[in-house]
Amino acid sequence: MDCIIIDDDATARLITRQLCLNSGKINVIDEFSSAIEAIKFLNSNTVDMVYLDIHMPTFSGFDFIKTLKNPPKIVLTTSDKNLALEAFEYKSVVDYLVKPINKERFDKSLDKLFSISNNVEESIIEKKETPEHIYVNVDRRLVKVHIPSIFLIEAKGDYINIKTKEKNYIVHSTLKKIQDKLPTHLFFKVHRSFIINTSEIIDIEDNTVLVNKDVVPVSRSNKGELMKKLNLL
Amino acid sequence: MEEPNLSFIKEIAGEDESFQNSILDIMRKEYPKEVEDFTLNFSNKNYKEASKDVHKIKHKISLLGLKEGLKLATNFEKQLRKGNTELHDDFIKILNKIHVYLY
Repeated sequence: MDCIIIDDDATARLITRQLCLNSGKINVIDEFSSAIEAIKFLNSNTVDMVYLDIHMPTFSGFDFIKTLKNPPKIVLTTSDKNLALEAFEYKSVVDYLVKPINKERFDKSLDKLFSISNNVEESIIEKKETPEHIYVNVDRRLVKVHIPSIFLIEAKGDYINIKTKEKNYIVHSTLKKIQDKLPTHLFFKVHRSFIINTSEIIDIEDNTVLVNKDVVPVSRSNKGELMKKLNLL
Repeated sequence: MEEPNLSFIKEIAGEDESFQNSILDIMRKEYPKEVEDFTLNFSNKNYKEASKDVHKIKHKISLLGLKEGLKLATNFEKQLRKGNTELHDDFIKILNKIHVYLY
């Protein structure tokens, strides 16, 4: 993770730099004694995060945050314990370190920082891996189908019947092939011939599930896993 | 009575010996100017600015492991904002202690 350090106190900059170096996780790209210099730098460079002092002459740390349109993640460093409430009003502020920053507190802050970054990355990956549409071959035409609108897919010999609330699509394919293209958090194979959209389940009774207006059989072996996917009281 | 020490700086330095020297060099360089700014603002009764100077010096007090000194400086910083100079003499004692340690 790349960072810059902004602090008018040279000793504070040196300590933050040393803590970053010791961690082996943070790469200090540059350091600045004034927030204005840092803004100039950020106009043509990007970083993952900033260690930012609040109290600086002429242009404070808070002024710096307000100035940036898309501020990176910010860890505030200050000798003033009383600004924490105000600090966390800024979305980009991840943590608030009171000087002198010791190693233990710095490492805790890194854990927080990395856990936030991982969550953001996971959600980005999840979004990328969950396309909104799938194109299926119907009578030699590729037809766009909105995935969340599919409530049921039924295998019928060499074909599958994709059912949406608006329309059904008979496609020459297999359940296995389409299952691989669908988001696992939404679709579940309840039976060797049926995949259902779990968010469309109306009720479950014995070994059947009602999805929209279709009663679908549930294999005994799949019932346990299906129940785990539901938000049960 | 507590004395300035390097325990905090050594903790941060780990095995990096040059870090300890660098930080002391910077402190020796910055400290006189910071004290001068404070003295000037205080003698001109510009207590708000003097309070900002105390805030800056406070970091060096904490780096040198002066925990009681840090509490006093924090209190003095607040009091100065209100124009209260009561803690001035005690603060000067801390400054002198640091001066003796650094030079």
